[in-house]
Amino acid sequence: MSHVEYAAAMLREKFGDRIPAVEEFRGQTTMVIDRGAIRAACQLLHDDPRLSFDLLAALTAVDYWPEEPRFSIVYQLYSLKHNAFLGLRVPLFSASPEVASIESVYPNANWHEREVFDMFGVTFGGHSDPRRILMPADWVGHPLRKDYPLGYEEVQFTFNAAEIDRRKAYAKE
Amino acid sequence: MGVEQKLGNLGVATTTLERAVNWSRTNAMWPMLFGLACCAIEMMSAESADYDMSRFGMELMRPSPRQSDLMIVAGRVSRKMAPVLRRLYDQMPDPKWVVAMGDCCSCGGVFNNYAIVPGVDEIVPVDVYVAGCPPRPEALIHGILTLHAKVRGEKIPDWATRVTP
Amino acid sequence: MPPSSMEVTLDELKHLVSPRALAGDTMLLNMGPQHPSTHGVLRLLLELDGEVVVTCIPDIGFLHTGIEKNMEVKTYIQALVMTDRMDYLNNLGNNLTYCLAVEKLVELDVPPRAQAVRVILTELQRISSHLVWLATHALDLAAMSTFLYCFRERELILDLFEMVSGQRMMTSYIRPGGLWRDLPPGFEDAVRRFLKAFPARIAEYESMLTKNPLFIDRTRKIGVISAEDALRWGLTGPMLRGSGIGLDFRKAQPYSGYEQYQFDVPTGTHGDTYDRYLVRMAELYQSVSIIRQALDRLPGGPFISSNRKFIPPPRSELGHSMEAVIHHFKLWTEGYPAPKGAVYVATESPRGELGCYLVGDGGPKPYRVHFRTPSFAHLQVLPLLSKGHFVADLVGIIGSADIVLGDADR
Repeated sequence: MSHVEYAAAMLREKFGDRIPAVEEFRGQTTMVIDRGAIRAACQLLHDDPRLSFDLLAALTAVDYWPEEPRFSIVYQLYSLKHNAFLGLRVPLFSASPEVASIESVYPNANWHEREVFDMFGVTFGGHSDPRRILMPADWVGHPLRKDYPLGYEEVQFTFNAAEIDRRKAYAKE
Repeated sequence: MGVEQKLGNLGVATTTLERAVNWSRTNAMWPMLFGLACCAIEMMSAESADYDMSRFGMELMRPSPRQSDLMIVAGRVSRKMAPVLRRLYDQMPDPKWVVAMGDCCSCGGVFNNYAIVPGVDEIVPVDVYVAGCPPRPEALIHGILTLHAKVRGEKIPDWATRVTP
Repeated sequence: MPPSSMEVTLDELKHLVSPRALAGDTMLLNMGPQHPSTHGVLRLLLELDGEVVVTCIPDIGFLHTGIEKNMEVKTYIQALVMTDRMDYLNNLGNNLTYCLAVEKLVELDVPPRAQAVRVILTELQRISSHLVWLATHALDLAAMSTFLYCFRERELILDLFEMVSGQRMMTSYIRPGGLWRDLPPGFEDAVRRFLKAFPARIAEYESMLTKNPLFIDRTRKIGVISAEDALRWGLTGPMLRGSGIGLDFRKAQPYSGYEQYQFDVPTGTHGDTYDRYLVRMAELYQSVSIIRQALDRLPGGPFISSNRKFIPPPRSELGHSMEAVIHHFKLWTEGYPAPKGAVYVATESPRGELGCYLVGDGGPKPYRVHFRTPSFAHLQVLPLLSKGHFVADLVGIIGSADIVLGDADR
């Protein structure tokens, strides 16, 4: 039994129906987990010496608008001793995009969660520094959401170049 | 300089004065260290031994805007950086010039989205645009020489109208 | 009038600064986005007690380019171009990470020749990135001649990249399925010439810095982080190896044929700036060895997969095969569909773990691309590293973290 299978079995045993699914795709395992259980699951994965997932490799989110559940917060954990990656996924509904922060378990989740808040608008309960990180502090909106426009400038072709040029705000001095 | 107040054509005297002043301005134009992204690495390459920029008197990149004449905007300008860029441009004393190095600051480059200002000429007036992603160091040097040619062609009335309040 | 997004009040930061700042005991100083030693547009808000840093609060986002969102509107092959510009000192490494993720998602094979060339180019990129690191790190610590020497060597590597792809930096040479074109004639000889001359140059840099008492004074016991702290804070790459943990994703999760090559993973012991310097210098020698091994064993054969569902046909076929024309048209206008699912691929960039999380939705464009970049993770730990040091040492710490702001902000 590989280490990831062992970890999955142990989590299923501890958390039972709070893990609705285990997804296998291209040889990688992702466990779908309820948002209330994520902090406890991460604590178990980190502290238990038989599991020892000691590195939080990635923490990000995916927006499935207009489907529900809208957001999926994705965690990638890595175990140094057993050389294995395990993925966790927390589905969130658009009515309540909040989840507990895992900063107390993995301190480097701090900035990753700030980035998810900045880009998606998901709030993390218990986070020590809930501010925007990549966008300016007074920016309105969450850019990586699917209903946020790309914000591109019209491409200038010969038929509209003069028009766009006239509207563009060039600096005079 | 009170000469521009006269705005008169003193013949040989003004043209020689123009040429002398312009020559001295081009000979040691100090760039401000404004490398933002990938173009900054090519700017550093242009400064290093292979494509030496110090033959133009420009190896000394002054980090302080108060001590520089030329702002080479090298790299993409994001919306968060734009006010900073404008503030630094305002802090530079006259005469000052701007070279937009690379595609991202000329026109937005590869990126066309919410985060990048599509062209630094929306923020500061640009004298020379250098195309490329990133432009080769030789392209940057060509751009600087173009700027030098432009500066050498400046006349006394241009100096007078450059003074901004 | 300065706009509000630049001005920061003490109120907003009071949970991050020490109580002495609120009492007015310590000084708050802005080390702005434009600064010669911040290696890009990084803003640091320093709380200083005289010259000693009590805490530093990094403020990033000044180079945020919206790459992840921009890639969602392009096809998989068009989106590759954006990855070059992310970590602009590791262009081929970014290409490789993204291509590995795409290949894993659509289950595309890569021929052995392409894998070997990918290894050669990625290691050359690692050398050139470490050269820029050494140049700027030494420049910050007032060793300017190193800057000129390193850039001289870097020009040789950029010439190799130009030979292979026409571009010095943004090559986009590594494509899903293999490479853009086969190697030009003369490339192997040029690389061998470089490999012959380079180890002597590394020895030259080491003779300038490694035993230099000034350099040692400025880097020993500066920016110390213990191994457990490094793991807790998600450090990878030379930052982690400097503290003694030998994690290298080329050995742990080998990709692109790295398991065939023999190389060591150098580690440090004290976790300070000097050890990280030693680790990176040792990595230069290891990269030379890997390139030599890959060149010696370079297999012949195709340079890209022959799966016509994903790879456009060569132009010579377009003249006489209708199928080739249809494939060409479909792939360049619409792109190829990827299955629904998500993959995560982690590679070893010169800075640390570069991961790509790619979500496909059945369409020709990536539904979501996220890059887990090492510089983003390493900047977080700057307050911890710089506590109690002088401002001048902070500059050395930023240099030893080897951050690239394009990597951190994307």
